[in-house]
Amino acid sequence: MAILRVKDVSKRFGGLKALTDVNLNVEENSVHAIIGPNGAGKSTLLNCLVGKLMPDTGSVLFDNNSVLGLEPFQINQMGISRVFQTPEIFGELTVMENMLIPIFAMRDGAFRMHAYETIANEKAIVEQAEVMLEEMNMADKREMHAASLSRGDKRRLEIGMCLSQNPRLLLLDEPTAGMARADTNNTIDLLKQIKEERNITIAIIEHDMHVVFSLAERITVLAQGTPLVEDIPENIRGNPKVREAYLGEAA
Amino acid sequence: MLGLNKKDTSLLIIVALLTLLAPFILNPFPEGSAMAQFNAGYPDLMQRFVIFGIFAIGFNILFGLTGYLSFGHAAFLGVGSYSAVWMFKLLSYNVIPAIALSVVVAGVFSLLIGFVSLRRSGIYFSILTLAFAQMSFALAYSVLSNPKFNLTNGETGLQVYADDPQILQGANAPDLPHLFGLPMRATYTMDVGAWSFDFNAGYYLCAVIMMVVFYLAIRIFRSPFGMMLRAVKSNQQRMNYTGLNSKPYTLAAFVISGMYAGLAGGLMAAMDPLAGAERMQWTASGEVVLMTILGGTGTLIGPVLGAGFIKYFENIFSKINDNVLHSWFAFLPDGLEDAVVFLIHPFIGKGWHLTLGILFMLVVIYLPGGLVEGGQRLLNRLKRKKTDADDAPSGKTEPAE
Repeated sequence: MAILRVKDVSKRFGGLKALTDVNLNVEENSVHAIIGPNGAGKSTLLNCLVGKLMPDTGSVLFDNNSVLGLEPFQINQMGISRVFQTPEIFGELTVMENMLIPIFAMRDGAFRMHAYETIANEKAIVEQAEVMLEEMNMADKREMHAASLSRGDKRRLEIGMCLSQNPRLLLLDEPTAGMARADTNNTIDLLKQIKEERNITIAIIEHDMHVVFSLAERITVLAQGTPLVEDIPENIRGNPKVREAYLGEAA
Repeated sequence: MLGLNKKDTSLLIIVALLTLLAPFILNPFPEGSAMAQFNAGYPDLMQRFVIFGIFAIGFNILFGLTGYLSFGHAAFLGVGSYSAVWMFKLLSYNVIPAIALSVVVAGVFSLLIGFVSLRRSGIYFSILTLAFAQMSFALAYSVLSNPKFNLTNGETGLQVYADDPQILQGANAPDLPHLFGLPMRATYTMDVGAWSFDFNAGYYLCAVIMMVVFYLAIRIFRSPFGMMLRAVKSNQQRMNYTGLNSKPYTLAAFVISGMYAGLAGGLMAAMDPLAGAERMQWTASGEVVLMTILGGTGTLIGPVLGAGFIKYFENIFSKINDNVLHSWFAFLPDGLEDAVVFLIHPFIGKGWHLTLGILFMLVVIYLPGGLVEGGQRLLNRLKRKKTDADDAPSGKTEPAE
């Protein structure tokens, strides 16, 4: 069953058609990659999924509920977590606090006035955060300020924060952009491990073919705002249409 | 103790000791000595220390935790004062209902202003709060003081008149603000040798209230709610994508700090039953920003230190005049004495703002973390000296945080 259904989504920015009639189904418990050359509309599509942009037409259903018109925090509460291109973490807070916040958000919802309680008394939540830090191999960095982590660790932390909420759908926006090869491979291994150990659907927007072909079970190629083909990785690799989209007609 | 960890408990105890023993600590010089003018242990000034301390503690909950810089907090202070005086006029001179109403009214007022201002962040938020505060000032100064509907008594300021109803005022109750019969002005003076120490009822009421709200501020800082407020400051994008709605969090912080300001305003009126529009002016809003930054934004004790620092210098520097200077430098040859006095003159008396400005610049440039950072650096340096002495050549340098 498809957990995320994108139906006839179009989006215009003035005279520019960023997306035209995008149809896309992400199956539950799969890894689905969305690739395409620069300007294909990948980021616009992602922003339509998370509530940052409102498509002009069409519908986006997550688990048969529309996400259109909802705020990002409401969409997150439905079970969609997003990992950003550049790691978005709470830089001034410690690694531990970074991990606590999403767990509090999951238990207490979008707002709760818990101004008189102390964090140390929330034993269940602290324990959950510690388990997650352990899983991400970051337990030794728990008291560090998140801003002073290395780029790769920031990415790990961000992914860990998203996973701590047990999301049903994890959206990754170019998770390895700007990373060295070694860091990229680490991230790939981490994502593979997550996929194996958890009951989770992953949607990746990616540029790097190496990442896409090591992870994805299905790939959608986006070009000029419309899906060109959708298939398993083996069939995408040799597809002439895809080569044309990436390299231009002359190729 | 009280649900705090060891460090916070000792901080609370230090603050409690400092405030309770303030009449001694602030009067270190014997009466009548040349240094007596540096004494700050008189009731009026001590009251101001703690009242502005409360104001700054509250402001720091908003600015220190969420990073939203409000330039209009004096409006809540003023609203608190007006509410308290109205309570004096209508009910009685008992300070409890007056202070309670000032907190409630300031809370409602800050809910309204915060709801609108928090639609924007950064500089636009600051400007919106400034605009609201100036509107409140204009309302209090002129609009709401006409013969038909006189809420604020305009330029004269709101005060209690003999023909006010005061329906609950007992026949024997003192004719000035009191706490169940204990007048706020009641002062017991203790003379020890050449020293004299003032113990003022109003000061101790303010001091106890400050300790309570300081304790509450520690609880807020250490709570999950406080952590969320720091998350607002750090990264709102991540917060929204983590399933948290940052708006109610910032609004709650705004209302809490508004209530602290209202409490401070109510206490001001309780010490001196008068409320004027100038309390709402932008300079008063700016002052609390200075206090917080000077003391150390986002630290627990910083705002209290900043408030004390500014109020102390305001009073002491503005008291020094040319005659005092001449007496200090009398030992110099005549021409030189005049020259020195001429040089120092712009920085004292009415010119103390110049001194404050220079001090503020120095702190912001060399101690971005405020006085608290200064203290920490000093402690670190002492510690390092100690360890250096213990195991001689350890070239270890610790980063000052």
